[in-house]
Amino acid sequence: MAIKDLPDTECVIPGSAACPGCPATLGLRLVFKALGKNSIMVVPACCTAVIESLYPNTSFDIPVMNIAFEAAAAGASGVEAALRQQGKGDTTVVAWAGDGGTYDIGIQALSGALERNTNFIYICYNNQIYSNTGIQRSGATPYAAWTTTTVGGKTEFRKEMGEIIQAHHIPYVAQACVAYPEDLYKKVKKAKSMKGPKYIEILAPCPPGWRFGMEKTVEMGTLAVETGAWALYEYENDKMSFNGKSKLILEGKIKRKPVEEWIKYQGRFGHLFKPEKDVKRIKEIEDHIYQMWERYRSCYL
Amino acid sequence: MTIMIDTGNYIAAKAAVMARPAVVPAYPITPQTTLVEGIANYVKTGEFKGEYICVESEHSAMCACIGASAAGVRTFTGTSSHGLLLMHEMLHWAALARLPIVMCNINRTVGPGWNIWPDENDSISQRDTGWIQFYCSSNQEIFDTVIQAFKLAENEKVLLPVMINYNAFILSHTSMPVEIPKQKEIDDFLSKYKPRWKLDVDNPITFGNIILPADYEKIRKDMQNSSENAKKLIPEIAKEWKKIFGRYHGDLIEKYRCDGAEYILLAMGAIGAESKVAIDNLRKEGLKVGLARVRTFRPFPKEEILKLGKQADLIVIDRNISVGSEGALFSEVKAALYDKSDAKVYGFIAGLGGKDVPYTDIEKICKKSINGKAKDCEWYNLEGV
Repeated sequence: MAIKDLPDTECVIPGSAACPGCPATLGLRLVFKALGKNSIMVVPACCTAVIESLYPNTSFDIPVMNIAFEAAAAGASGVEAALRQQGKGDTTVVAWAGDGGTYDIGIQALSGALERNTNFIYICYNNQIYSNTGIQRSGATPYAAWTTTTVGGKTEFRKEMGEIIQAHHIPYVAQACVAYPEDLYKKVKKAKSMKGPKYIEILAPCPPGWRFGMEKTVEMGTLAVETGAWALYEYENDKMSFNGKSKLILEGKIKRKPVEEWIKYQGRFGHLFKPEKDVKRIKEIEDHIYQMWERYRSCYL
Repeated sequence: MTIMIDTGNYIAAKAAVMARPAVVPAYPITPQTTLVEGIANYVKTGEFKGEYICVESEHSAMCACIGASAAGVRTFTGTSSHGLLLMHEMLHWAALARLPIVMCNINRTVGPGWNIWPDENDSISQRDTGWIQFYCSSNQEIFDTVIQAFKLAENEKVLLPVMINYNAFILSHTSMPVEIPKQKEIDDFLSKYKPRWKLDVDNPITFGNIILPADYEKIRKDMQNSSENAKKLIPEIAKEWKKIFGRYHGDLIEKYRCDGAEYILLAMGAIGAESKVAIDNLRKEGLKVGLARVRTFRPFPKEEILKLGKQADLIVIDRNISVGSEGALFSEVKAALYDKSDAKVYGFIAGLGGKDVPYTDIEKICKKSINGKAKDCEWYNLEGV
């Protein structure tokens, strides 16, 4: 499948208040091309609550329920149950939350909804920061990245949310990236076809948050995958498979690019290059990615 | 009609199931547990055909209620004390989203230290969330109020969630005989819930997106207007219920032996029921004392209280304390009279942390007020502080 073969369906309509180069808008367009209009979206506090535009207008052509920051999965549970009670179980309920609302404040409600076998799709668009509130550190922020609350660079590594979700043994877990639209589309399509809880995480490089030019969103996503800082995979009924370039990296068919190739374009890592190169911390980032892939290889190769 | 002899919680579960909610998300907390266990039992027997969602917290319980209600179905839950406090954010959300959720709250003391006995500080501290608040004084009133609450909440002139409060153990775990109407009668009284707006793929609306100050203020004013509408509807629904089922617990307040009273006692919840015994005894002694049991703390019955204040001096018992101020009911009663009545108002804090408030103490509180010996907002029978 090529991009030109994706359906014409558009649920994100003109009037969006997103920043130029916004990966969330890109992700939303692709996700709803796969889901179609028989869908209801639950949105906690996140950039999308702004992207929706101002009352009484909206930039979505599907029903949307906004809900509090930590509440997406629980709110979606209620919507799903109510639809089924009304004989509308064929409508797809999708919770669409950022990494703050998923990794941090929303993890309890998410874990609960997964454990209850709620029939919904939970999508985390991960821009590795609280971007809506102005670029603060989240549990998804990578080591050494500048944010407004980690001024000298984050001193901890990000958590592996995908693996936490896998521990719930739900039918489908996937990692995708806005830079790979066909891969994302296929994953959402597959999730839609399955019953029970499905979790998809989309890496969403954020121009203002990561401090790169608005024309480089896709490039930052591609490099995240090529350097192995982000992996494209599917975890289907407890069976793991890697996709695209991540699969080739796992199998050793292509070599990971050094992570420097990705971070050097991002102002959030600028302090690792100026006034002088912080070789030690760059190596720590590289070593951490190496260890992640060693773990992947030992488990899944 | 049948008679069911059971505890407040099991009676509330029976009422909730007879109202036919489609979704009940709930999380257990003492002393609410037997309420949700009761509903779980009705799932097993098939009497409850809706969806019972065992959520992982009270916060998620209210979130799931919000999701279900927004998706267009009747929704019920129950909680208590710390559970209610954990819901606080979503209580505001439910009310601002104008979702007619009905919830029982079993009034229990807030910790630390851990204390499961009755006290109304949990629900009083939710005063400003926009929820209508009833306080019940018997299991029959719990049953009748749960059913009536759906009718009130779902009325398009109201569209506010309703919290039905009753005291831990004194009602939640005490069995009383309760008249239960036939299911058909309940179905006739409560028509099917048909929301004008809901999450609907055929009419895609975005609910709750960013709103600018001028529009937001209108939403707040509309809530206030709707709460005023509720003041009119609560008596109408109570009268309709009385006409069909022959039972009546009062409107916003329940008046008891207020005719010719020179002193009127105001109290809520179980103390309100206990006070009737005290009033009978005081009347036997020739003291002209009546009772106004406050059934709704929100909307606050200020017009009725002003009428009482024009007739008599008022004695207020609060099973709560707004630390740094005084009992919440005491404050609000005085505010209702301000500049319009010369009545004296005596305030008493009693029964916090579940301390027993027997009718003998209520008699003493009244006599102390009548004898002019009451202080402003007195902690009744407090030792060693």
